[in-house]
Amino acid sequence: MSKIDTLRPDSRPSLLLRWKHFRMRTAGDIGILGFGLRWGVLLLFAAYFFVPLLWLVLATSKSAPQLLELKPLAFGSFQRIQEAWQRIIEYQDGEVLLWASNSIRYAIWALTLSLAISIPAGYILAVARFPGRRLLLWLTLITMLLPPSALVLPMFMELNLFHLINTQWAVILPSAFFPFGTYLTYIYYASSLPPDLLDAARVDGCSEAELFWHIALPLATPLLGLLAFINFNTNWNNFFGPYVLLNDDTLFNLPVGIQQFVLATSALRPGFNPSPGVMVGYQQAEAALFGLIMVVPVAIVFLIAQRYVIGGAFTGSVKG
Amino acid sequence: MTNQTESLPLLPLANKPRLASFSRWRHLIAYLFVLPYFLVMLAFGLGPGLYALVLSFADFSTGLPKYFAAGFGNYLAVFNEFRFSFTFVNIGKFLVISVPLGIAMVIILAILLQMRPGPLSTALRTLYFISGAVTGPVLVLIAIFMLDPSISPFQALLKGMGFQLTNDVIYSGSLPVIFTLLGFFSGAGMWIAIQYGALEAIPTEVLEAATIDGANAWQKALFIKFPLIRPYVIYQFILIFAGNVQLFVEPQILGGGNNLGVGGNVPTVWSPNQLAYNFAFEMGNFGAASALSLILLATGLGAAYLIIRWTGFFNIEN
Repeated sequence: MSKIDTLRPDSRPSLLLRWKHFRMRTAGDIGILGFGLRWGVLLLFAAYFFVPLLWLVLATSKSAPQLLELKPLAFGSFQRIQEAWQRIIEYQDGEVLLWASNSIRYAIWALTLSLAISIPAGYILAVARFPGRRLLLWLTLITMLLPPSALVLPMFMELNLFHLINTQWAVILPSAFFPFGTYLTYIYYASSLPPDLLDAARVDGCSEAELFWHIALPLATPLLGLLAFINFNTNWNNFFGPYVLLNDDTLFNLPVGIQQFVLATSALRPGFNPSPGVMVGYQQAEAALFGLIMVVPVAIVFLIAQRYVIGGAFTGSVKG
Repeated sequence: MTNQTESLPLLPLANKPRLASFSRWRHLIAYLFVLPYFLVMLAFGLGPGLYALVLSFADFSTGLPKYFAAGFGNYLAVFNEFRFSFTFVNIGKFLVISVPLGIAMVIILAILLQMRPGPLSTALRTLYFISGAVTGPVLVLIAIFMLDPSISPFQALLKGMGFQLTNDVIYSGSLPVIFTLLGFFSGAGMWIAIQYGALEAIPTEVLEAATIDGANAWQKALFIKFPLIRPYVIYQFILIFAGNVQLFVEPQILGGGNNLGVGGNVPTVWSPNQLAYNFAFEMGNFGAASALSLILLATGLGAAYLIIRWTGFFNIEN
């Protein structure tokens, strides 16, 4: 017979013991007060981050009077969602679809160009020593700190010199410069690519290009995930650049398009009388649905990419 | 920065002499690898920066640039502009509120989440993260809805604070707080994930040693975890400061040039970056716009430089 049976007569734990077990299970070493505090803070912020998104989804189902009458988090009707969708699609003869396809095209161009340019650069900065390397690293750091919006005005004048303003290249070409990608690639390879591995491959007759293509690149999958995520997110949401560099509304991307749409929605501007350019018919539901069209693709990318953000920059090591 | 090198062995090859004697042939290959990057950096990073410098000394009074004709006239014009101090006080208030508060809350939430890993903690982290998908115009759109006491899900709170109309909530004086809330909503999740990753990278032996020495979870968070993720906190500070100083999209849509804005109480020009835009595209003075852009750029760089010097961050080689 096992020990448990012999202990049985007095094995029923006392209340105190059970309380202690419960405490250890739930609170551990943060204390019962800490347990409450921790969950209180975490849930409060969960509401802060989640309720606005939930509201936005629900708002697409409600008419303007319903928004006022129903509870803020109540559902209206599916019919209203369909109506809102119809009206958005019909907005300026389907311009929304054009803007969406522009957004996709710009983002794909930016992703391809910037990764093709910045990953080889970051790799070689990490594995080779050559004159000018430190300068290039410092310039990368400095330009990384400059948000794109700082450079937009001089960029406008520069692109103007080459007559590229109001063409799709005015948006695509500047996005090829991705110093953050170069810097992160540099850190990644510098911290996780064993130099002996490269030396061994060189002895075996691998050329420098083959080293990069066959050895370094396949080792960088987590890094590629992180960079693709950051890059896609930045370019999908790029507002300031297209806003300044494009006038032709057939070239707009979704962020600039939605700004136009919001300004055209009288329901969102109670402080103003409708001026000639303002369309009275659009309500909050249309604006909310338009917002969702822009947010949902990114949200999906966010869900996929989260693990790269947590792991990519730190533990993407090849040592294991 | 010894902590950083312990947890993140950066540049293990830095001191290997073998690589220092890279052959001339290999130098050439290395240059081929960096050449495209250097070219786009020149064209879309350094180039515009230097061009802005040139333009800031150009005279635009006739509509066409006369290079080096203005001297420091454009800089003087910026300083004497009646909205200059207004916009800089605004951005100053926004930075003072948003930067420390944002960083503190991100670290607190990251530590609280990572304290007890599990499915619930993961779910919450994802929840915080997902709102990062909302930026720019959509972010402003959500803000307009959330701050309208008649339809907001937070209407009880808003009405409790005595607000009845959107215009009671959104006005020039409340914008620093509103933009802080917006920035946190959109940006915090990403930083929480990054800091969470940094916390995960702390070696378990260090934390076990602290447990054996009798530290409880709160003490470990404050005295061990926080100091170890300090480099990433500084990194966050630099990027958030440089980004926030450039605030443009949110006030531009809320105030909307030409009275097309949404908030009736929001001035057309609220932030310095908007003033630069106004100089260029409303007044046609690209010289003054460039001068102001450079002043902003210098502010961001100056803050970054101070922090880097002060903390020794980025000193990852040598």
